[in-house]
Amino acid sequence: MHAKRNDKIATVFIYIFVAIVICILAGILGEILITGLPHLSWHFLSSSASSFQAGGGVRDQLFNSVYLLILTIAISLPIALGAAIYLSEYAKDNWITNTIRTSIEILSSLPSIVVGLFGYLLFVIQFNLGFSIISGALALTFFNLPILTSNIEQALEGVPQSQREAGQALGLSNWKTIRGIVLPAALPGILTGIVLSAGRVFGEAAALIYTAGQSGSTIDYSNWNAFSPTSFLNVMRPAETLAVHIWKVNTEGIIPDATIVSAATSALLVIVVIIFNFGARALGNMLYRKLTASNTK
Amino acid sequence: MDDLKKEPTYIKTFSSDELALSTKNLSVLYGGTIQKLFNVSLGFKKNAITALIGASGSGKSTFLRSLNRMNDKVATVKGNIIFHGLDVNKPNINVYELRKNIGMVFQKPNPFPKSIRANITYALKADGQKDKQKLDQIVEESLRAAALWDEVKDKLDKSALALSGGQQQRLCIARAIALKPEILLLDEPASALDPVSTAKLEDTLKQLRSRYTMVMVTHNMQQASRISEYTAFFHLGHVLEYDVTSNVFTNPKGRITEKYIQGSFG
Repeated sequence: MHAKRNDKIATVFIYIFVAIVICILAGILGEILITGLPHLSWHFLSSSASSFQAGGGVRDQLFNSVYLLILTIAISLPIALGAAIYLSEYAKDNWITNTIRTSIEILSSLPSIVVGLFGYLLFVIQFNLGFSIISGALALTFFNLPILTSNIEQALEGVPQSQREAGQALGLSNWKTIRGIVLPAALPGILTGIVLSAGRVFGEAAALIYTAGQSGSTIDYSNWNAFSPTSFLNVMRPAETLAVHIWKVNTEGIIPDATIVSAATSALLVIVVIIFNFGARALGNMLYRKLTASNTK
Repeated sequence: MDDLKKEPTYIKTFSSDELALSTKNLSVLYGGTIQKLFNVSLGFKKNAITALIGASGSGKSTFLRSLNRMNDKVATVKGNIIFHGLDVNKPNINVYELRKNIGMVFQKPNPFPKSIRANITYALKADGQKDKQKLDQIVEESLRAAALWDEVKDKLDKSALALSGGQQQRLCIARAIALKPEILLLDEPASALDPVSTAKLEDTLKQLRSRYTMVMVTHNMQQASRISEYTAFFHLGHVLEYDVTSNVFTNPKGRITEKYIQGSFG
């Protein structure tokens, strides 16, 4: 009867640990949403932040966050994709490849504040880009590349070897096999990888404080000239994101409603991350069905 | 292991105009040191099915995969593979062209996660065939040749993954013959299929015999005797016997062949 009793005890413990995890998660999410949601309003989303008075919004911070994310993904995705294809499809299994993999793993656990200071020294000072969106996007690219690369590599390695053999046996070149067979089959996994890393990028503050800056300039959303200093598209302007805004109002903010603003901003951050999580999943499934023809009637 | 002498007892030969493909002293080494195949010289007769039998690890699959250079990246293949008077085991051979002429079907059905149509047209399009009508025609011809047309003609644009294992394997055959190869290499094509699907697959192969030269690795000796004209027996990397199938099965010349046929090992 020992086996049965031990099994019961183990099961109870496993349930307890799962419950702890769920409680923590639900607690954090619940706290953020319950304190933040009541203060989320159209006014909050559509007005700019105020420096002294209560009642400011986060319009520019929201836009900046999304804009930075898009730029970061646009820069890091091609690089990560290329690196991942190399590692999974071309690299021989030797010490050089292993060194590259280890380096990527180490880089992916680099503290983001270190990435931020590195970005400050290299992009802001050395390249003279100043506190700007482009400096922030480049720093975030450094921050994002290792994780994105290993996520995509894993997705590619999940495609069975027999698929590659099938392509090669039909006289397709290596590249043609990768492009036409391996990549489409790995697409859902690749998208999941992008989303996971995008969530990290979207919520990142430390890497941006010293690169994209903590202050917003006046932005004109009707100015489509990306080279104009007031244009919302200008990548050379300093830009504060949602996560940096939360940090700022809580440290050096002098607005009277700092707690309300940071609670509402936190809730907004979480909601946006959840939205594009689901969005990307739906997109991935749709693309997969289209590419694999598994939806046609 | 003295009783397992590795001298061939009988290797059938063909005159050169009967041959579709032949090898001369083909040896395969893994990692530069582990030899899996020793000086195999075999000729394959045009428009016939040749079965390669032997225990696991006897080198028959290794041999088969060398014929269309699928072992290029994993092993060193020495010796000659003669196809149309040309040694295609030379490094300057365009393997992509070669593989269009020597198609291959694998042990586990491996259709692409695409539509049935796209499975067949993908390689054709990559090869430069853009004419929609021509493509449709090839799709129908290939599926008919693989005896799959009647089962799938109404769902060509549905996913190939929705087909049964047997249908998938016949689709893989259709996909291979769409490129109009002269030779089809089959690596235990029925080993993942149930008996009914296997019977269907064998019928398909028999029908294809008049148009293609086929070399088939099989574990199933009944299968070899049912559909092949010639059989080669592999043992520990050597070919010990190669003859007309009925001779190998009813009147094996070597003791090891006889023991294997009787099921004493393998």
